[in-house]
Amino acid sequence: MTLLIEPDYGTPSSVRTEMVNVEIDGHAVTVPADTSIMRASLEAGIDIPKLCATDRLKAFGSCRLCVVEIDGRNGTPSSCTTPVTDGMKVSTTSDRIDRLRQGVMELYMSDHPATCAAGDECEMHAMAERVGLKAIRYSGRTHLDVPKDESNPYFTFDSTECIVCNRCVRACDEVQGTFALTIENRGFEARVSSSGTSFIESECVSCGACVQACPTGALTEKTLYTIGTPTRTVITTCAYCGVGCSFKAEMKGDELVRMVPFKDGGANEGHSCVKGRFAWGYATHTDRVTTPLIRESITDPWREASWEEAIGFASSRLKSIQAKYGTDSIGGITSSRCTNEEVYAVQKMIRAAFGNNNVDTCARVCHSPTGYGLSQTFGTSAGTQDFESVAHADVILLIGANPTAAHPVFASRMKQALRKGAQLIVVDPRRIELVRTPHIEAAHHLGLMPGTNVAIINALAHVIAEEGLIDRDFVNARCNLESFAAWEAFIRLPENSPESLEGATRVPASQVRAAARLYASAPNAAIYYGLGVTEHSQGSTMVMGIANLAMATGNIGRLGVGVNPLRGQNNVQGSCDMGSFPHELPGYRHISNPKTREIFEKIWGRTIKAEPGMRIPNMFDAALAGKFMGMYIQGEDIAQSDPNISHVHAALRSMEMIIVQDLFLNETSKFAHVFLPGTSFLEKDGTFTNAERRINRVRPVMPSKTGKTEWEATCDLAAAMGYEMHYENAAAIMDEIAATTPTFAGVSFKKLDEMGSLQWPCNDKTPLGTPVMHVDQFVRGEGRFMQTPFVPTDEKASRKFPLLLTTGRILSQYNVGAQTRRTANVVWHSEDILDIHESDAQLRGVTDGSWVKLSSRVGETILKARITSEVPAGVVYTTFHFPESGANVITTDYSDWATNCPEYKVTAVEITPSLRGPGEIHEHEMSADVQLESIVRMANQIAANVPQGAAPEHAVAHHIVQFWTPAMRQRLHSDVDRSQLSPIVIAAMKLELSGSTS
Amino acid sequence: MTIVYVPGDSAARSVGADQVAIEIASQANARGLDVQIVRNGSRGALFLEPLVEVLTSSGRIAFGPVSADEINSLFEADFLNGGDHVLALGKSDEIAWLAKQDRVTFARVGIIDPLSISDYESHGGLTGLRKALDMKSEDIVEQVTASGLRGRGGAGFPAGVKWRTVLNTVGEKKYICCNADEGDSGTFADRMVMEGDPFMLLEGMTIAGIAVGATEGVIYIRSEYPDAIEMMKKAIVLANEFGSLGENILGTERSFHVRIRVGGGSYVCGEETAMLESIEGKRGVVRSKPPLPAIEGLFGKPTVINNVLTLATVPAVMSGGADAYKARGVGRSVGTQVFQLGGNIARGGIVELAFGTTLGSLINDYGSGTFSGKSIRAVQIGGPLGAYLPASSFDVSMDYESLLAAGGMLGHGGLVLFDESVDMAIQAKFAMEFCALESCGKCTPCRIGSTRGAETITKIIDGQDIDGNKRLLLDLCEVMTDGSLCAMGGLTPLPVRSALLHFPEDFDSRIGATK
Repeated sequence: MTLLIEPDYGTPSSVRTEMVNVEIDGHAVTVPADTSIMRASLEAGIDIPKLCATDRLKAFGSCRLCVVEIDGRNGTPSSCTTPVTDGMKVSTTSDRIDRLRQGVMELYMSDHPATCAAGDECEMHAMAERVGLKAIRYSGRTHLDVPKDESNPYFTFDSTECIVCNRCVRACDEVQGTFALTIENRGFEARVSSSGTSFIESECVSCGACVQACPTGALTEKTLYTIGTPTRTVITTCAYCGVGCSFKAEMKGDELVRMVPFKDGGANEGHSCVKGRFAWGYATHTDRVTTPLIRESITDPWREASWEEAIGFASSRLKSIQAKYGTDSIGGITSSRCTNEEVYAVQKMIRAAFGNNNVDTCARVCHSPTGYGLSQTFGTSAGTQDFESVAHADVILLIGANPTAAHPVFASRMKQALRKGAQLIVVDPRRIELVRTPHIEAAHHLGLMPGTNVAIINALAHVIAEEGLIDRDFVNARCNLESFAAWEAFIRLPENSPESLEGATRVPASQVRAAARLYASAPNAAIYYGLGVTEHSQGSTMVMGIANLAMATGNIGRLGVGVNPLRGQNNVQGSCDMGSFPHELPGYRHISNPKTREIFEKIWGRTIKAEPGMRIPNMFDAALAGKFMGMYIQGEDIAQSDPNISHVHAALRSMEMIIVQDLFLNETSKFAHVFLPGTSFLEKDGTFTNAERRINRVRPVMPSKTGKTEWEATCDLAAAMGYEMHYENAAAIMDEIAATTPTFAGVSFKKLDEMGSLQWPCNDKTPLGTPVMHVDQFVRGEGRFMQTPFVPTDEKASRKFPLLLTTGRILSQYNVGAQTRRTANVVWHSEDILDIHESDAQLRGVTDGSWVKLSSRVGETILKARITSEVPAGVVYTTFHFPESGANVITTDYSDWATNCPEYKVTAVEITPSLRGPGEIHEHEMSADVQLESIVRMANQIAANVPQGAAPEHAVAHHIVQFWTPAMRQRLHSDVDRSQLSPIVIAAMKLELSGSTS
Repeated sequence: MTIVYVPGDSAARSVGADQVAIEIASQANARGLDVQIVRNGSRGALFLEPLVEVLTSSGRIAFGPVSADEINSLFEADFLNGGDHVLALGKSDEIAWLAKQDRVTFARVGIIDPLSISDYESHGGLTGLRKALDMKSEDIVEQVTASGLRGRGGAGFPAGVKWRTVLNTVGEKKYICCNADEGDSGTFADRMVMEGDPFMLLEGMTIAGIAVGATEGVIYIRSEYPDAIEMMKKAIVLANEFGSLGENILGTERSFHVRIRVGGGSYVCGEETAMLESIEGKRGVVRSKPPLPAIEGLFGKPTVINNVLTLATVPAVMSGGADAYKARGVGRSVGTQVFQLGGNIARGGIVELAFGTTLGSLINDYGSGTFSGKSIRAVQIGGPLGAYLPASSFDVSMDYESLLAAGGMLGHGGLVLFDESVDMAIQAKFAMEFCALESCGKCTPCRIGSTRGAETITKIIDGQDIDGNKRLLLDLCEVMTDGSLCAMGGLTPLPVRSALLHFPEDFDSRIGATK
C-alpha cells in the first residue's frame, strides 16, 4: 500500500439540491447550485491551483492563486469564493491568469525559505514550479529569522514557512471551535499567533486541526522530523473514547509516523483531538510487556514464560478451582478497549469453556444503566442518532456530560451547531466549558446538586405536562397509551413540580420552567448525556426519565432529535453488543430465552446455562465470601477504576488465579498470577463500535508485538480448558456474530471495507445500516413510559462528611491514564487536582495549590486543591487518571439499583489541609460478610426504586430473577435477617419462590 | 440680545475658534453687552476660519479669519451691528466662494445650530422623513433609485439598487450601517456633516431603515474624529427625546435605533466588509464577496452600507423629489458632489457643485492655485489610492465616468494639490508605503506586494537597475490590481502607475543612477 493522498475539493460541498450546468474550460459539468467554481472544476477534473482553500473550511479567498476568468464578467475573481451560476462559462487558464499566478507565487516565495525542512509537507515549492515561476526578482524584508515555537510536545510552529493563509486560524475557529489562534498585526507584519503567547501557554487544545490544515511546513508534527516522511497509509480507528474517529495511520516501514484524521470517517469527518491525533506513543512504549508472565503467588516476583506454559498454568489452576469450588467459581471480564471479535471470543470462552455466565464488562461501571433504561423504554440499548444529527438540532439538552473534555471531536460538532444558533441547556453541578466558551453561551445552566438528576428530569417533565407542551400526536401514534396515562398522572403530582424539588436540586424553579419550555417548544430538541447520568444510585431511573421526556415531546425518530449516551470507551457499545453482560447473549437477548440459547448452543456445541451469572461487584462479594476464586480480566484495571478500592483489593487478594491480559503491568496485575500480553490497537485486526452504533474497522498497521492476537490467546485458553475454539481470522469471528445476532446479520469485514463503516441494525431490512433509530416505530413496538419516582441516594452529606465529591475527566488524560500517562500529554495534566469552591476552601483554611486530605467513610487520600468557581459551594470535584491520588479509595460501594453501576458521582467527603503530599493511601476496614451486606442493600434499593404500581413486589421479584445469580437468590432466602428487608422485598421473595414471575 | 456664530467645527477649532468664542463672550460681558454665542458648523470656506458671523437686522454678517487678538477691535468697530472692519466679509450669503456653490447636502452645514432640532426643522429638516413615513417601503426605494443617487464612498454604486437588494432579502433583522471611517487624505466632508448637521445623517439613516425594513443602525466613526463622535452621540440622545428616532418615530408604528461604533484605527476598516468585521468586534479584515453585505452583512444579516454623504443626501432626495435631484449633473453622475479641496492649496474647503464642473475650475476658481504660490504640478483625486493628474488634465469633467476615462477616479471627492517641488517617485513610494502600513494582511498581493512595491521604488530612487525595477514594479502593479481581494490593494497601483505615466522624468533621472 502507498501513502493515501485524499482529494481536496477546496471548498465544502453545497447543501443545495437544485443542479446547475456550467462550462469550465469547455467541459460541461452539472453541480448543485452554490458550488464554488473551484469545486465544480475539480468535478470536471480540473485542479485549479490553490493554497488557502481546503474543503473542510469555508472559502476565504486570500491566496489569490485560484483566480479565473468568467465570460461576460470583468476581473479575475477567486474561484473558491465565487459560486457557479447556471450557464456560466469559466476559463481557468489564460496568459493573464498565468501571469497573475506567477506574480502571486513570486511574492510568496520572496518571503519563504529556499528549501523547506518539512520537505513535501510544504506545498510551496511544488506550487511555484506548477505555475511556472522562473525566478524571484524581489529582495527585501523577510520573516526568515523568526524563531520556531517548539513548545508543544507534538508539533512545531515555524513562522518562517508560514504564508498567512489563515487555514490554521480558520480550522481552530470553524472546525475545532477553540479560537486559540489569530493573526497578529496587519499588512506585511501579519503573522499567525497563538494569541500572543507560545502554543503551550495558549488556549490551544492540541486537536491538530491546524497542523492538518497547514499547506506548508509551518505547522508540522515533530515525528515528521524525527522519524521521516511516511510512505504508506492504513485506515484504522482510534482506541480512545466512544466517538470512534477514523484515522490514517501514516507509516514508514513498520514505524508509525503520524495519525491523521480521515476525512471520510463517518464519526469524525476529518477531525481529531489531542489523544487520538498525538497521544498514541503508549502503543509502542518500552513499558509494554510482550511475553507472558507467571507466578505461583502474588507475593512472588514475575517470571517470563512461553505462551504454552502460561496458558497451561492458568488453565490447570482454573480447572482445579472449578473442581474444588464448583463451576460457578470462576469468571471473567471483557474489555471495552478490545475489538468486538476479541470480546466475543472471551464471552464465548466463559459461557462455553468455563461453563457459566460469569461474564461482565467494564460497561458495568459506566453505561449499564443506559442499556437497562433504553431497553425498558425504547427496546434497545443504544443511542438513537448518528453524530451528524446534532447539526439539525434547535435545542440541545446536555446532561451530566462534559464533551469538550471527554468527547472532544463530538464537542466540536456540537459547538458548530451552537454557533449556528442552536440553543443549549446544560444540566450539571459543574460549570463545564460549554456553559460559556468563545461564541457559545448556554441558554440555561441548571447547576443541580449531585444525586438529584431524577428530581430535575421529573421537574422538567412536570412543567411540560402541566403547561400543555406534550406532543400528544406523537404519543398517541407511537407510544403505549396505558404506560403514558400512568406516567402522566405520576408526573403531574405536585411533588414533581420544580417548586417542590427546588430544595433538593437547588435549581430555581423559574429556571427549570424556562428550560422545560425551551426544550419542549423546539422544532428539534436533542438530548446528549454522559456518565453524570448513569453513575448514580438512580442511574437507570434517570435514563428512563430522559427517554420519557423525549417521547412526551415527540423528539425521537428523525434527524436533530433523540436520546444519545456519549459512550466512554472506544468499544463500550460493542462490548455490550457482544453479550458481555451476565444476563444477556450477543444482541441484548436475555439468557433465559431458550430460543436464543439454542442458536448459540448449536454453533458452539455446548449447553449454555439459563440463569444469569455474576456482575463484577457480585464477583468481588463472592470472592470475599470464598466462593469465587478465579478470574480472567481482559484489558481493564479494576484495581484502580472500580469504586471502594479497598473492597476490590481485598477481593482480588482472596482469589487463587487471576489472569490479566493487558499492555502494561498495572494496579490489577499486582494481584494476578498470570499476565498475558495484549496487543495495542495498532496491532489489532477487528472492529470497534462507537456511540452512534457505527461499526468501524480496526486494521493492523504493524505486526503483533506478542506473537499472537488477543483472540488467539483466548482460544488457546479455552482449548486448554477443554473447549476447542478456532477461527481462521478475525473476519471469521464477525461472520459468527452475524450468523447468530440479527442486528449484525448484514455485517462482514468485506462489506465494512467497501462501505467504510456500518451503523447497526444492519440486516436484510437495512442493508446499509441505520443512522437514526425508531423512525417509524420503536424497536420494542410502542414506546413505553416508565414512572420515575425520585429516591434520594443513601449517600448523603453529613456533619462528618459535609461535602459531596463528584468525579470526572480531563481532555488530555484518559480514564485510569494507563495510555495517556505514557505520553507527552502529562505536560498538561500530571496529577489529579481537587476542585473546591472558594467558600468551602476558606472555611477549612485551604489555599489554592495546597495539599488537602480528602476522606470519605471508606477511605482517604491526599490531593492538591484548586480553588475555582466551576464547582458550586458544597461540591468538590476531581479526576481519577492517576493511581497515586487514588480517587476511588474514596468512592463507595453504592450503586445503581437496577444495574449496580457504581455511584461514582456522589460521595460524601470532608476536606482538611494537609502538610504533606500524597503518601500512603488509607483504606478503611471492612465488615465481615460483605456479600450479605450487598445483597440486603441491593434488594432494598430495588424495592425503593422499581416503578411503583399496584403490586411493586411483582416488579421486584421479576428484577431479581432477571439479574441475580441463583446463588445470590439463595443467600437472600436463607442467610438474610428479614428484619433488615423492606416488606416489598419479603413479598417479592414469596412470589419468586412460587415461580409466578418468570 | 445679539446672536454671534462661532463655528464649533474641529477645523475651525484647530485655528483658534474656541479662543475666539471665549474672547467674544468675555469682552461682551465686560462691555455689558447681551451676546449669545452659537457654535455652528463650518460653512466650509476653511481659509476664512474662524469665520465669525453676527445676526443683524439685515441678515448674517461675516468676519474672518478672526483671531482672538482681533476681538477687541471688532467690538470697537461695533461688529455686533455689522460695523465695518478689516476682516468684514459682508453678508455671509453673498460671499462669492459660497454663493456660487450648489449646496444640497451641505445646505444647512454652517448655518444652523447643529444640536437644535427646531433650527434643523425650520431649515427644512425632517421633511424627507415625514414624507417617507407616509410611503410604502418599495416606494421609498423607488424614489431613491429614480433620483440616481450613487454611493459617495467612492465606488459610486446606485444607492437605490443596493437598498432594493436588502428590501428583497428576507431577514428577521436588518441593519443600516453608516460608514464614517473617513480615512482618505484630503477628505473631511463626512466629518463636517456630522459636526455641522448631525440630524440630517440620522434622518437619512432612519429613512433607509424604513425603506428596507431595518430597525437598527450603526454609525462607524473613525476614532480620530472625537468631536464628530461627541456630536453624533448628543444628536442621537436629542433625536430620541424628540421622537424622530427610537420607538414610534414621530408618532408612527415605525422604529429605528442608532448607535455609534468607534473605529478600530485602521484605514482598511473603511472598506465595507472590514468595517462589518470591526463592528462585530473582530479584526478589521476584508471579507470576500459574494456574499454581498446586502444579503449577508452585519452579523450575517442583510445590511445597507452607505457612506455619510450618501445617507445625508437622502432627506433632500425625499423632500425635494427624485426629479429635482436628478436634474443636476451629467450623464450617469447626477446630483451634486461635495468636493474637498486640500493639500498645497490657497483656498481649501468644501465645494459642493453639480457633477460636471472641470478639475481646473475647482482648483483655480475655487482653490486659487497653490498655497505656496508656486506653479501646480499634480493633483491627486480620490484619496491616497487615487490617481495623480498633471495640470494638463485640468479640463477633465468632474464626474465618475470622465475621471475613469482619464485614468483617475473620483473616490470620496477629495483633491490634494501639489506644487512644482513635489518628487513623484517619492509620492509613488508613499502610495505603496501607505498600503503596506494599512493593508489588512489577508490577501497576498496587498500583504506582500505593497512592501515589495515600496522596496522596489526605493531601489529606483536609489538608482539601482531602474529599467529592471520599473518592469518589476509594473508587473507588481498588475498582480495587485487584478489579484487583490479589495480596493485597498487593487487601487494602490493607481497613483503609482499615474506617477510613472505622467511624470516619468522623476523615475528615470535619479541622481547616482546605475542604469
